[in-house]
Amino acid sequence: MIHETTLREQLRAYITRELIRDAKYPLENDEGIITGGLMDSFSLAEMAVFVEKTFNVYIPDADLTVAKMDTLDQMVARVLRG
Amino acid sequence: MLTLATRSHTRTLLEAAALTAPDADQPAIIYLETDHEPQVITRAHFRQQTAAYAAALRGRGVQPRDLVVIAHTQNLESIYAFWGAMLVGAIPSMFPTLTEKLDPAIYMENMAELARLSDVRAILTTDAFALTLAAHVPCAVWGTSDLQADSADALTAFPAPSPDEIAFLQHSSGTTGLQKGVALAHDAVLNQLAAYSDALALRDDDVLVSWLPLYHDMGLIAGFLLPLVQGIPLVLMSPFDWVQHPAMLFRAIHAYRGTLCWLPNFAYNHCARRIRDRDLEGLSAASMRLFVNCSEPVRHDSHQQFLSRFAPLGVTAAMLGVSYAMAENTFAVTQTPPGVPARLDIIDRDVLTHENRALPVAADHPAAQVRVSCGPLIAHSEARVLDAEGNPLPDRQVGEIAVRSDCMLTGYYRRPDLPLPADGWYRTGDRGYRAADELYIVGRSKDLIINAGKNVYPQDIEAIANHVPNVVPGRAVCFGVPDEREGTELIALVAEVRTQDPAEQRQVGAALRQAVAAQSSVTLTYVKLVDDRWLIKTSSGKIARAANRDKWLREQEQG
Repeated sequence: MIHETTLREQLRAYITRELIRDAKYPLENDEGIITGGLMDSFSLAEMAVFVEKTFNVYIPDADLTVAKMDTLDQMVARVLRG
Repeated sequence: MLTLATRSHTRTLLEAAALTAPDADQPAIIYLETDHEPQVITRAHFRQQTAAYAAALRGRGVQPRDLVVIAHTQNLESIYAFWGAMLVGAIPSMFPTLTEKLDPAIYMENMAELARLSDVRAILTTDAFALTLAAHVPCAVWGTSDLQADSADALTAFPAPSPDEIAFLQHSSGTTGLQKGVALAHDAVLNQLAAYSDALALRDDDVLVSWLPLYHDMGLIAGFLLPLVQGIPLVLMSPFDWVQHPAMLFRAIHAYRGTLCWLPNFAYNHCARRIRDRDLEGLSAASMRLFVNCSEPVRHDSHQQFLSRFAPLGVTAAMLGVSYAMAENTFAVTQTPPGVPARLDIIDRDVLTHENRALPVAADHPAAQVRVSCGPLIAHSEARVLDAEGNPLPDRQVGEIAVRSDCMLTGYYRRPDLPLPADGWYRTGDRGYRAADELYIVGRSKDLIINAGKNVYPQDIEAIANHVPNVVPGRAVCFGVPDEREGTELIALVAEVRTQDPAEQRQVGAALRQAVAAQSSVTLTYVKLVDDRWLIKTSSGKIARAANRDKWLREQEQG
């Protein structure tokens, strides 16, 4: 069972450090990460690799889209669904 | 098959195998999309669909030499429209589609500018977008339902164009509003396809797999025209689908026994890093003959990463080829021979930087740098390396590369301000050297950034930044930062701002990223906001791009 707060903070830290490349960036939960120009849609694939390795959750390709994965809230909800 | 030996048998692209060859039930295109069944388009179906588009365009009054812009999402319809337009003698040009990140108002403004400058006859797009776009551009806009033909049997009535007529435009990126339409004639394109097919040792049983966009030369020529003209199957997917789901490429290679695939350098890193192990289970890539690295500087470490990740699927060093190409030469200038690993040249980095010379050294030399060859010239293309005065340089001296061939552009469409060189030698703006009859590219003469295969002009990004509130106009500088992990250049922006308040600066940073995402097709990786003391200016008060880049890099190194 993944704890939601832990998951959220791990994802936030990973995204700011590795994908936005600014660990101090104050990423909001509902901020558009791709539509806001913070990371490329290429990075969705990278996030999927991270989520699988870290939380053992495989997100199918159909869910790895800008519309479904643009905010931290959306990502957390999808990972929690397993 | 079109080769140098058979070149004289073909007059125009309308004799493409997909349109004329027997075996009408052979697949011309197999279109793949995440969560959809593959769509197999036979030659017969391709012919029927392109003829229907041609009849519909003619029904709408499209005449030979009319410019028809295709701004669909990349799908089969855009392909039928392209060939349909060529069938009536019109000049098609593929354009990027409006994506969820781009600002529709700015996209439409750019289309309106294009329509005015190039006298566009019509823009073809989706039904959903056609009505909106029509209100913003000074030309006809037709959606799919506007182009339903009653009958497609009028096809034979179209007179064949002369071989020196412009077949299509390839819009190479240029500064905003001034995109250059590279006009290519039928005979130039056929000359390129014949010479390039020979360089690839193209075979009847080749299968081409591509996710490349059709509005770039690599996607349009290698990943689209080559297979359709030659009659080998094209397994195609959308670039937007692929970047988010890179395993698609290997599933496609496995399922259709792919043999040829063109990729920009970043894609080697993207595949190596961002495909999950689970997605590769049971897949083989042993059918491949050649992956061709093209359209951004080739990195040896990208090839190595790709090789070590995909060797278990049967990928070998001999499959990793390289090509140097440009839209103005239709496409390829060089190609490494298939079946042989691309040559490596180990040179002294310091001598390269300070003396513009590629001095070979041992691999364990402290300043050793590995350069990957782009291969020998393809037939009927010539290259020279020139010094600043335009004089040819000897082997291993670095200079600007100039190209001459029988597959050059006719001209830049409706751009009399951009004449072609009188001596036939096109100055590429790329810097490189020749060694042992092969060409090596080391950089650019200009400030152009190549990000994930896309050409990005820093002045375009700076212009966007200048309009963001609290940025001091004229005090933004953009440059590329080579990134080993991504295998491409990332984009950095330094902007002088009027506020030192952290909350306001955060807003400016977000607004800059948002503005660049909405108005260009790229993402800023690094944004640095500075006060009025940071930026280095020239004596005339201009922002010195290279000096600011060096300063930024030094600061990054120091953390």
